[in-house]
Amino acid sequence: MNGTRKRKLISTFFILICILSAATGLFFLVFILADLFVKGIHSINWSLFTQDFTPPGIPGGGLRYAIVGQLIIVGLSIFIGIPLGLLGGTFIAEYGRNHKIAKLISALSDLATSIPSIVVGTFVYAVIVKPAGHFSAIAGAVALAIIMIPVMLKTTENILKLVPWSLREAAFALGAPYYKVIFQIVYRSAATGLLTGGILSAARIAGETAPLLFTSLNNNFLSFDITKPMASLTVTIYRYAMGPYDNWHRLAWAGSFLITAFILFVTIISRLIIKWRYKKGA
Amino acid sequence: MSEKTGFKLRNNLFFYVSLLCAYFVPLIIITMFVVLLKESYPAIEKFGLFHFIVSSTWDPVKGIFGGAAPIYGTVVTTGLSLLIAAPLSIGIAIFITQISPARLKGIFGAAIELLASIPSIIYGMWGLFVLAPIMANHVEPFLKETLGRLPVLEYLFRGTPIGIDLLTASIILSIMIIPFITSVARDSFELVPATLIESAYGMGATKWEVIKDIILPYSKNGLFGGLILGLGRAIGETMAVAFVLGNKHQIVLSLLGASSTIPVTLANEFTEADTKIYLSSLFLLALILFVSSFIVLSLAKYLVIKDRKT
Repeated sequence: MNGTRKRKLISTFFILICILSAATGLFFLVFILADLFVKGIHSINWSLFTQDFTPPGIPGGGLRYAIVGQLIIVGLSIFIGIPLGLLGGTFIAEYGRNHKIAKLISALSDLATSIPSIVVGTFVYAVIVKPAGHFSAIAGAVALAIIMIPVMLKTTENILKLVPWSLREAAFALGAPYYKVIFQIVYRSAATGLLTGGILSAARIAGETAPLLFTSLNNNFLSFDITKPMASLTVTIYRYAMGPYDNWHRLAWAGSFLITAFILFVTIISRLIIKWRYKKGA
Repeated sequence: MSEKTGFKLRNNLFFYVSLLCAYFVPLIIITMFVVLLKESYPAIEKFGLFHFIVSSTWDPVKGIFGGAAPIYGTVVTTGLSLLIAAPLSIGIAIFITQISPARLKGIFGAAIELLASIPSIIYGMWGLFVLAPIMANHVEPFLKETLGRLPVLEYLFRGTPIGIDLLTASIILSIMIIPFITSVARDSFELVPATLIESAYGMGATKWEVIKDIILPYSKNGLFGGLILGLGRAIGETMAVAFVLGNKHQIVLSLLGASSTIPVTLANEFTEADTKIYLSSLFLLALILFVSSFIVLSLAKYLVIKDRKT
């Protein structure tokens, strides 16, 4: 009997450790988010959205120029990345589904989603910034798009594979060519998944800083010229947080709060939509 | 008839356009390698690849560069972060799959995965403003008093605790990679056949014995793959570390010393590189990072696939 008791005790001990580690993970999540929330809420005010950069020492100032820049850069990268990823994923899931090369590309895309984002930044610097002779918003958008394409490709592939094969066969039987089947049957029945997948891929790159550091660089003024350096929220947060001024730190917290709240909101909503859509036995 | 040829034409067009898009991914990976190699060639030619890796001189004024310090920093921070994150992640995965009530499973898993969608710059900033002061004022003095008094370990805790050091950076990194490891470990644990678990319970095994003798051995490939995936993530992380490592090109044994990693060096010095050889050396660091993370990630992928097949 003693042995059994000992075994039970050991079991309880290790299970407690597992519960403890889960609590630690949750603790950090709550700690980081609560901190961000409290400090961010305190720093949010209207002038954040209406004012631009002010030199240190002069009170006030806002993040309008960085928010606009962020929207332009991320918007451009979505414009490049989503169609490329969508079409690539379509090829893998449809035309290439029985070919070895499609499996290889799919596996490579999996790897590509984890390639250090700063390396992508150096690459884009070498192929766009250096030949052009100056930093530009479009270079930043290309860097983000390169990170986004494999993510979107994998998402598309996974979602298209959920479309029942019999649906396609029914359309083939009516004499529809493959591209029509893809556009009118496959895309349509996977629309919700594709849309939320696209949003998730965009959310994945919206918070990236490293690839923008030496592509879109930074700018102290509101700019709409995509061939010139442009401020982004993330790079601005980096510069403000590293700076010595309290006012800058306040802006950095405010910016961090905005971007995290946005990403978390979008991510949670999209996940819920996907769950709801694919749980109904569709 | 003409409508049919139109269909055929458009079908072919769509086929080739989507084919091109699919080949874009391997193409960009190869191009990236070639471009980085070309850009770093002057540095390889001047210093030699091996010499660059072992030399710790980083002197922009004289134009002599060696990558040993940031490479060392990268190895130490990733190793230490994995050491912290591994047991925690496995514990969390065990908790989610085996211990937590079924209703809380989904919520708990989602909460841990939320950690992965927080942008890395937020971790960095939080590390600088919140964690670093806590480390400097409480944790590090405590470690110095306890572990720092032991014979061999004292070397690891020498120096003034300022919070901007290898230890803080590793802790931030470990928090960042926990969701990645947990998610792979969770999937592996869920692949263990229920009959195997049930029969172990039937023989009177305790919960821990089932975990230790059935679940962990059964899913060891996937688990290992998850750990290496976490390693691959940690190697390339920039922003979370950039704030709390101090960016100093030095090889220090003490965990309380400032250091640098490859990504941090790139982030801080890339736009300041004023000479050709300086820039080329930075490109060489990027190439080393690219190749090593690629190898690590391929290994992880291979292990996870092997796990899913059996």
